[in-house]
Amino acid sequence: MAASTKNFLVRSEGLKAGLLSLLLLALLLGIWHLATTGGATAAVSATTTPLTAEQIEYAKLMGHDPTGGDAAPRSGFPTLAQMADVTVKHLSAPFYYYGPNDMGIGLQLAHSLARVAVGFLLAAAVAIPLGFLIGMSPLAYRTLDPFIQVLKPISPLAWMPLALFTIKDSSLSGVFVIFICSIWPMLLNTAFGVASVRRDWLNVARTLEVSPLRKAFFVILPAAAPTIVTGMRISMGIAWLVIVAAEMLVGGTGIGHFVWNEWNNLSLPNIIFAILCIGLVGMLLDRMFALAQRAVTYVE
Amino acid sequence: MTDFLKVEQLAKTYTGAAEAVFEGVNFGVRQGEFVCIIGHSGCGKTTILNVLAGLETASSGYVLVDNREVAGPSLDRGVVFQGHALMPWLTVRGNIAFAVRSKWPDWGRAQVDEHVQKYVQLVGLGQAIDKKPSALSGGMKQRVGIARAFSIQPRLLLLDEPFGALDALTRGTIQDELLRICAETHQTVFMITHDVDEAILLADRILMMSNGPQARVAEIVKNTMPRTRTRATLHHDPQFYRIRNHLVDFLVFCSAELSHGRAPLQPPEVSPGLAEPEPEPEPISAFEVSPVVSMRRVA
Repeated sequence: MAASTKNFLVRSEGLKAGLLSLLLLALLLGIWHLATTGGATAAVSATTTPLTAEQIEYAKLMGHDPTGGDAAPRSGFPTLAQMADVTVKHLSAPFYYYGPNDMGIGLQLAHSLARVAVGFLLAAAVAIPLGFLIGMSPLAYRTLDPFIQVLKPISPLAWMPLALFTIKDSSLSGVFVIFICSIWPMLLNTAFGVASVRRDWLNVARTLEVSPLRKAFFVILPAAAPTIVTGMRISMGIAWLVIVAAEMLVGGTGIGHFVWNEWNNLSLPNIIFAILCIGLVGMLLDRMFALAQRAVTYVE
Repeated sequence: MTDFLKVEQLAKTYTGAAEAVFEGVNFGVRQGEFVCIIGHSGCGKTTILNVLAGLETASSGYVLVDNREVAGPSLDRGVVFQGHALMPWLTVRGNIAFAVRSKWPDWGRAQVDEHVQKYVQLVGLGQAIDKKPSALSGGMKQRVGIARAFSIQPRLLLLDEPFGALDALTRGTIQDELLRICAETHQTVFMITHDVDEAILLADRILMMSNGPQARVAEIVKNTMPRTRTRATLHHDPQFYRIRNHLVDFLVFCSAELSHGRAPLQPPEVSPGLAEPEPEPEPISAFEVSPVVSMRRVA
């Protein structure tokens, strides 16, 4: 009885929070709507001066059709209706490919995700074994500590010129930047997690004459797993932040490139849609690691 | 009968410390014997146990198990840790299976599981076999620790104050269980305890340590009560009070007097349980004058 009441209260609290979130969203959209439509009349009046044939031609060359039906006030912020149009357009064909400069948002995201995945996995492959070493051996820790302290605060994008020069491939340079930015949290968290495994458990392993490899995989790894996965979660967050900036810099493909390209096209609806996509994908990635974290966490 | 476990001139000085924690520790444990060690905090009981387990090294002296020197941890010596030391990400089954697989790496899955179940039954935890340690009470966790130590069938079992953190009722039940299991398996046991009654119930011989620094095993008290003793009937035996008084007197009056290496190097073995009822506790006053002489007299 008491439990069900409590359950109901919790559920109703969740319900309340959900309703309030929706309300807040509606409020924000309302403000957006009022701000853009209110400004639009002014903007429209400003741009209604008839264009010359050359100007129309120029606009068409730039990828816009000022005579078309959805002629948006270029200088204005997109209205909600325009946003809806763009969203529908992108979602109805997320994976189309009309050439390197015109592909679906899904493909762009896939390019970014692939780069992040490769860079992140390479970083994990280096950081986790190295973190084990640092965590288990104070000598290794002291030897590597100065390098880590100097390399860690370097902005990942500062590596870009060096990466472009040595790797000579813009896409791989992006991967390298992801690698270098996601290595540190994983390295330090793994080292910390391994170093703080409880003495008792190690003593149990010692009295059972467990081989070093078996100890690493069946005692230290599960004991340090929550800390390691936390490091991976932080790394993934940083990697997803950095990939957008890196792709803006090197161009070619990816969601960062898409945002920059649409900025050059001055297509704000596309940019806003891309921003929302970046946020959603980032959230999904974080949720994924939160689930992994829950799977490896243990109660003492 | 030669000693199965032999400790000779064991000493430990921590780096930077002026005096040894313990020094000149000598004692032996026979095959199948249950030995308890009692002493005040800081006399190095846990360090001695860790040296026996091979987890720590002594500054000098030897530990011989079956005439071979202890050089490190071994599956021959099982340890029950003070804080149970179960791995929280494994179930009861997983924790014990980890130990069983360490001892017999080429056993098949079914054989390991059968062995695990046998030892889980032994400590009466059949229903909880698939639970994680976090879902168990303190007493149940310690039972799992005991089952794990027994499951590898060690030749020597080391218990570091295993019931220290348990309430009196639970402690009593597990003591009875331990007594039963040791009787069934003829296990050789070395156990640290703070509880005089627990020592009298469980031990065949009780090693009394003097206080640190330079602590020693100052006296060995033989438990002359029949091995069929149980917790329920223990206090009806007149020997119980003689032994108990002797132990408590030692801890209260003698152990501090015998610190700084004033205890004898070869501890005398005494049987206070068999002593004639004395008109007054004369040994106590004698201890205060000259501990070593009086203890020899008692022996």
